Amino acid sequence: MNLVTPSGMSRRHFLRHMAAAAATVPALDFISHVKANAADLKRRQKACILMWMSGGPPSIDIWDLKPESKNGGEFKPISTKGDLQISEHMPKTAEVMNNLSVIRAMSTREADHGRGRYYMHTAYVPTPTVVHPAFGSVVSYELGSKRKELEIPSFISIGGGGSSPGFLGMTHSPFQVDASGRINNAGMGELGSDRLEQRLRMLGSVEDNFINSQRGESGQAHKDIYVKAVNLMKSKQMEAFKIDQEKKEVLEAYSGAPAQGGMMGGGGQFGRSLLMARRLVEAGVPFVEVDFGGWDLHANVFETLKNQRLPALDAGIAALTTDLKQRGMLDDVVLVWMGEFARTPRINQDVGRDHWANSWSVMVGGGGLKGGLAVGETDKDGLSVSSPKSYQPGDVWATVAHAMGIPLDTVHKSKNGRPMKLANGGTAIQELIG
Amino acid sequence: MKTGLLNTNRTGKFRSSIGSITNNRCGLLFVVTTGFMIAAGAIAPSAASGVEPAFTTGSSDVIIQEINSQIRETWTDNEVDASPLADDAEWIRRLHLDIVGHIPSLEDVEKFLADKDKAKRTKLIDRLLDDPGYVRNWTTIWTNLCIGQQTPRRVSRDGMQKFFREAFGKNRPWKDVVSDLVTAEGHYEENGAANFLLAQMQDQDDGVQMTAKTTRLFMGMQVQCTQCHDHPFNDWKQDQFWQFNSFFRQTAKVDHRRFDQKTGRMVDDFSEIVERDFSGPVYFEKRSGLMKVAYPVYLGSEVNPDNTTDRRQELAKLMTAGERPMIAVAYMNRLWAHFFGYGFTNPIDDISSHIPVTHPALFDRLSDEFVKSGYDCKQAIRWIANSEPYNLTSRSTKKNTRDNPAIGESALFTHVYVKPMTAEQLYDSLIVATNAHKSGRSGWEQAEVQRREWLRTFVQTFGTDDGTESSSFDGTIPQALMMMNGPLVQDAVSVKPGSHLQQLLSGKGNDTYKIQRLYLTSLSRMPTKQELASAQKFFNNNQDGLVVYQDLFWALLNSNEFIFNH
Repeated sequence: MNLVTPSGMSRRHFLRHMAAAAATVPALDFISHVKANAADLKRRQKACILMWMSGGPPSIDIWDLKPESKNGGEFKPISTKGDLQISEHMPKTAEVMNNLSVIRAMSTREADHGRGRYYMHTAYVPTPTVVHPAFGSVVSYELGSKRKELEIPSFISIGGGGSSPGFLGMTHSPFQVDASGRINNAGMGELGSDRLEQRLRMLGSVEDNFINSQRGESGQAHKDIYVKAVNLMKSKQMEAFKIDQEKKEVLEAYSGAPAQGGMMGGGGQFGRSLLMARRLVEAGVPFVEVDFGGWDLHANVFETLKNQRLPALDAGIAALTTDLKQRGMLDDVVLVWMGEFARTPRINQDVGRDHWANSWSVMVGGGGLKGGLAVGETDKDGLSVSSPKSYQPGDVWATVAHAMGIPLDTVHKSKNGRPMKLANGGTAIQELIG
Repeated sequence: MKTGLLNTNRTGKFRSSIGSITNNRCGLLFVVTTGFMIAAGAIAPSAASGVEPAFTTGSSDVIIQEINSQIRETWTDNEVDASPLADDAEWIRRLHLDIVGHIPSLEDVEKFLADKDKAKRTKLIDRLLDDPGYVRNWTTIWTNLCIGQQTPRRVSRDGMQKFFREAFGKNRPWKDVVSDLVTAEGHYEENGAANFLLAQMQDQDDGVQMTAKTTRLFMGMQVQCTQCHDHPFNDWKQDQFWQFNSFFRQTAKVDHRRFDQKTGRMVDDFSEIVERDFSGPVYFEKRSGLMKVAYPVYLGSEVNPDNTTDRRQELAKLMTAGERPMIAVAYMNRLWAHFFGYGFTNPIDDISSHIPVTHPALFDRLSDEFVKSGYDCKQAIRWIANSEPYNLTSRSTKKNTRDNPAIGESALFTHVYVKPMTAEQLYDSLIVATNAHKSGRSGWEQAEVQRREWLRTFVQTFGTDDGTESSSFDGTIPQALMMMNGPLVQDAVSVKPGSHLQQLLSGKGNDTYKIQRLYLTSLSRMPTKQELASAQKFFNNNQDGLVVYQDLFWALLNSNEFIFNH
């Protein structure tokens, strides 16, 4: 008998099948069979972890070094397990680079924090008449709503600012938690479930009244959010936020330092956040964004990178990649590393780098995408893309969509009825999917 | 003449006869002339039968009439009808939230609903403009705009608030306020205005943030992109950014430290803005790598670049000079958006040739009148709050469902758009709904401290040089959890001695009366018959009446109707 595809059956129908089968299969074997299948099913659930480098990371010092140029700065490249070199301050990541690839030919125009953040998250440039959804909201809409067993939000943002769900509506907005994983006010205190039910019934009638008063869609959105919040309060999946259930060694591997350290310039937080992301993905959350800030390095870029940012980044990426691989999840979980833009190849008078969107790198990996590659290249001084093709965020997100099984010809409708192509009509990057 | 035409049009008869040619430019003269004749004939009978007298709150300011007629004109042009007027309960709640930043108290609602004075709306507007809540609300709004919700390093929130408290308390002309902020020098508590610039000096960035923030916030111009290149869509050029920037280059800050006796360590003391000796041009790099120079030039007006000039003083003069300075235009846009949810441009801080303006003539007129009034912030609010569109209901009708700026349509103001409460509005409204401000348990001052503490959980900074913040306070799950289970609402529905609920329940009156008062407290309106009946059912099914009151109050405070400003 084949239990892998219970969808399409009603629950009762499914149980009846099981009862019939149980008559012929010894009970214990049967249950373990179901469990194994369920675990396999869960693993097949595709997910994406976005590592968001808030502030604009200098990819020239991390993924695409220019040791021959005056723009190259202090760092040297090192060889990796993949077919490319990266920064000497990313040694642990170098060991897993066969699973990760770097798109070195990003050229994205937007070099303002707000506009860049919007563009990279949504694949659309900001326009006054429509708010586009962040790609996490798109995934929530496409995959999250289909995962009936998922009781916690399907787009979770750890330690970061909120992006907008745009025209997809508030139910697809990112659920924001900090790196501690503590969800404020999620407990009901001493209030019993009967009282909660009574309150919710009373609330329902006031809410419906307002929803039916011709005052736009926000009233309904409010009600939908409350449904989600109540589900979350009752859910056992909330355990996924509790990273302290993990072994100390695991936490240390992600943080790249003894867990008590805490002096890694927020690096400990990045590691904790990535570990939480892995737990959430395991619980079935299709999109998790992890924020790691502090990249707006207008001054003193090399010291800050060497001593603070890169050790934490290196440990986090390496530990996450290794962990996912060991759990057999790496082929289902896409990893994306990006910021709103990168930083000028030219080093300014404060030994810093300013905003730069013309030529930079984004890292992707996992999800069955090809690892160990450098896609495209920049010229010898890093000032422009020198390979024939340059890429937009839409191409990155199209690649992610491909890996997650979201059809690229998906079209959403904005609230005023305009068709909006998935990832702004971007194309999946051939070298990575081919 | 036009006004007459438009008024008649409200009856609906007129439009059908000429509807087919309103879009015809050649026909316009014809329409207007015949329209006038018809109107002249039509006004008298309709006025005599009392069908539809022109709207008024009781104020007869010509500028209010100008707003009314210009907004009506766009209704006609777009073939939509306005929604009916808001009833008193709907309106008093909205007006309180917009002017004093919280819902009206139970007593204020009851008094207003019972008032028979025909001019009671305009009188209430005046009363609220004199309320301490007005100063507090606008201080909060402008402090947040100038230094963010999270206080940056080496910035005094108290100093900034003190400055705005005085500005709004004395109703200082807006141009003086802007001028003080731009020219501020000295200690950040002795001269609170200094905090605006200090907040833009988080990085040593040669005044780039000061340039970007000053132009965006006070002038409605987004020039930040032109730091590195000419603007792709509007008229801003890269050298203009640096010309503007050069006005700020004589500015420096000193962060003082002092010895702390207790700990034996040096700790942060005050910060101050000082003048720096600077003359000549600033240098910037073109995309091509070419270095260029820029001198202090403000929209074409040059300033002596040597070090005898106080450049920020000159900048303040130029910013406030002329018939229609951008600071007046930007302020009116922001103010309009504050009351209506949408400004004349979207976004409100990008007023340039590539962004369409919904009501260009009205926008110009209001900006001009604001200048003529001597930049009177309260007067500008009077014009808006007394206008017909602001006094409409927030319910749309079949005749104006098209007017939906939430989906990207140009705003026509046929009904008032629903706005989410800000975090501060919600906090203060919960304080009012629970009577905490009257019971003496926590006054406004203490509430301010608690409010800041509470807000902290909702604000996150991006940690970038433009100081952008994100608030998760926009109808998300954490906010829902906070309302359902958080201490504020827990307190509200507790029946501690002195709490609103306890006082209500121990007071006189039957269940119906008490339910009505709970509705008035939280939603500023009476319950409908159905709502009363359904509440009654819960009493019938419960042994403990107290529990029903607690749960009902909880439900009202958690409802969409409570959390939205409508």
